[in-house]
Amino acid sequence: MNIFVLLKKTFDTEEKISVSNGQIEDDGAEFIINPYDEYAVEEAIVQRDAHGGEVTVVTIGDEDSEKQLRTALAMGADKAVLINTEDDLDEGDQFTTAKILEAFFEDKEPDLILAGNVAIDEASGQVGPRLAELLGIPYVTTITSLKIDGEKVNIEKDVEGDVEVIETSLPVLVTCQQGLNDPRYPSLPGIMKAKKKPLEELEIDDLDLDEDELEPKTKTTDIFLPPEKEAGRVLEGEIEEQVQELVSLLKNEAKVL
Amino acid sequence: MGETKERLFKGGAFLVEDLRGEDVITPEDFTEEHKMIAKTTEDFVIGEVLPKIDNLENHEFEHSVDLLKKAGDLGLLGADVPEEYGGLALDKISSSLITEKFSRAGGFSVTHGAHVGIGSLPIVFFGNDQQKEKYLPKLATGELLAAYALTEPSSGSDALGAKTTAKLNEAGTHYVLNGEKQWITNSAFADVFIVYAKIDGEHFSAFIVEREFPGVSTGPEEKKMGIKSSSTRTLILEDAEVPVDNLLGEKGRGHIIAFNILNVGRYKLAIGGVGGSKRAIEVATKYVKERKQFGTPIASFSLTKEKLATMAAKTYANESAVYRTVGLFEQRMGALSDEQLKDGREVARAIAEYQIECSMNKYTATECLDYVVDEAVQLHGGYGFMEEYEVARMYRDSRINRIFEGTNEINRFIVPGTLLKKAMKGELPLLQKAQSLQEELMMMMPEEVGIEPLEQEKHLLKNAKKMVLLGAGLAAQKYMKKLDQEQEILVNLADMTAEVYNMEAAILRTEKAIEKSGAEKNKQKLLYTQVYVQEAFNKIEADAKETLIAVESGDTLRMMLSSLRKLTRHTPTNVIEKKREIAAKIIEEEKYTV
Repeated sequence: MNIFVLLKKTFDTEEKISVSNGQIEDDGAEFIINPYDEYAVEEAIVQRDAHGGEVTVVTIGDEDSEKQLRTALAMGADKAVLINTEDDLDEGDQFTTAKILEAFFEDKEPDLILAGNVAIDEASGQVGPRLAELLGIPYVTTITSLKIDGEKVNIEKDVEGDVEVIETSLPVLVTCQQGLNDPRYPSLPGIMKAKKKPLEELEIDDLDLDEDELEPKTKTTDIFLPPEKEAGRVLEGEIEEQVQELVSLLKNEAKVL
Repeated sequence: MGETKERLFKGGAFLVEDLRGEDVITPEDFTEEHKMIAKTTEDFVIGEVLPKIDNLENHEFEHSVDLLKKAGDLGLLGADVPEEYGGLALDKISSSLITEKFSRAGGFSVTHGAHVGIGSLPIVFFGNDQQKEKYLPKLATGELLAAYALTEPSSGSDALGAKTTAKLNEAGTHYVLNGEKQWITNSAFADVFIVYAKIDGEHFSAFIVEREFPGVSTGPEEKKMGIKSSSTRTLILEDAEVPVDNLLGEKGRGHIIAFNILNVGRYKLAIGGVGGSKRAIEVATKYVKERKQFGTPIASFSLTKEKLATMAAKTYANESAVYRTVGLFEQRMGALSDEQLKDGREVARAIAEYQIECSMNKYTATECLDYVVDEAVQLHGGYGFMEEYEVARMYRDSRINRIFEGTNEINRFIVPGTLLKKAMKGELPLLQKAQSLQEELMMMMPEEVGIEPLEQEKHLLKNAKKMVLLGAGLAAQKYMKKLDQEQEILVNLADMTAEVYNMEAAILRTEKAIEKSGAEKNKQKLLYTQVYVQEAFNKIEADAKETLIAVESGDTLRMMLSSLRKLTRHTPTNVIEKKREIAAKIIEEEKYTV
């Protein structure tokens, strides 16, 4: 089976986010594989081990993204592809990403494409579905179980806490939700082997794309941190008075009613 | 000493050599693989070990066995085992990083360390092919677990005074061992013990003893002050039958194994000390940011900052120093042929070359840890005394480090003792240097110190080395072979020497980092170095003075003290100001950061 994983690097969940000049400071920040993409890598390895084939991990990023690809290789993926846009693109959005991936998949014959449900940085959750549309294959988001039997695919999908059971067929694109599996730690032998596994680097030129086609469809107007949480207030008096005061505060101060 | 691509330094040579940043390996040299190995270890400890820490502290050792096997599946037990015996044969930086990251697991890190270190390494280094074949693949996966049995009720530091005996049986098939080994880590569940006993009551030798051999048993679990997550019992040998094939190394040469293994154990404890110090700084920093008194987080008080900064500066110097030593092993092993690398004895010899460095790392890093956890408790106030706070366990767990693997006192004696031995053998030109120094000091004129980063620190380092040579030279001259009875002076010399090593490690690391990525990115490193070097220099000055006063008297003393004053003349760094700057960054990042 020809399995692909779409992977993105994100800030380590321990990192403090700071904004300066309307940009998120990433100088010296630690990056990790987007945690949802980690489920995708794990699932890809599990499916390969069950059905045979090969797992290729693909990322769009810069030179530093190699680190996350190596980690996926150390977990057990077979090959990695880095589409390096550092020199060619100043900005991009979900459209840009999906478009690049469409070009990448043009000469591939994927049976299964796995992505994370969302990336924990911008959390759009769009790249997977957009790509599936462009490739003309079915997709299922937020999956928590994946069973493949020949061409037949049985999926359980998380729907806001409920489970939807879906039957579809290969090729298919899925996005992975927490609960799907328990990603493995890259073992030390895995880390040593990862050094020797193929990691191909491409630029948008290699995909016959140019910047104009990749112009983002959205514009970021502002980036700001959520307001600092203010101290809570304890209301006093009889219950009735408290309720009245609460309603009046919600109306006049918080303006939510 | 060959001048190849990398300069290869002899153990102790730092006292007489001038080094550059490029001569040392520093944490900034770690590769992506090193970092991935560190991350897997850290994730394993946080994800698998810490959720079980209460069970482990409660002596539910089935979890220790289970966790060690899981660690084995990830390759975390095979770093030092050769590939042909199922290990990974990783470089020493990798295995050191595993040790550092395990330290957060408290007593379980001792369990892990005893298995992969003192438990398995005697076979890696000194086993014959059959022994390696039989034991190493299973030790690397955790199918077999190992322990090390040297200490006895009446022989601790005096290991060679062991009373356990071994006698060949009449058929010549087995050694029959009798005796009691005390405080044996992993003894509740270990399958294999490295046991030292005297054949016929005189030839000190090592044996591989399996738990299942007739006559082998363990006593009740000890009640310890700390590292409760590790098992500690007595190993009882009552007519224990050990096949002759299980004699490890040569008859009567057990001390070679014991001392080499202790060397490794020592630098590994030092690395653990660094890992523990980093964690304690993180825990304390998070706490002082949360805790409010007088309406403000206590992190904003300058005394809090002073404490955090001192903890971090010590940690930086020790981290630099232990990885400097690891780098020395790495360079020395890089000079071995493939054939030699396969011979464990050669590897052990390469490490033994740095006995002085291993001992110094052991006492300074474990004392750094003790200092740091103590201050971390203090920063927690009364809460630090409560067991639901991690820092309370760290405090209890720290204390043993100054005692086991050779007490810090014994390790201190090793340093001047070995230096003098090397000097006598002509391996190090210490005596010549000490002599020419005395003449030099007569003529010495005050030196102009530049204002570029690290110039002051290099100046202080240069003079600190001279103070060590002065003290050591005079003490050696006066007491000659009886110097080993002047334990207070030996300790002063050991402390001065270790401070020199740490100061230099910090300076070289910072210098190397600045050369690589510029002063702006390495501000914190520079601050740590400035603070540490100043404070270490003050201590060296005090030790040197005390030593001179004890060794000399009258006019000679006055002359020597005036020489000393020439060496200590400088305009000191404002450490209070620098510490505030250091702490601001730590508080911002909520952890030890370089």
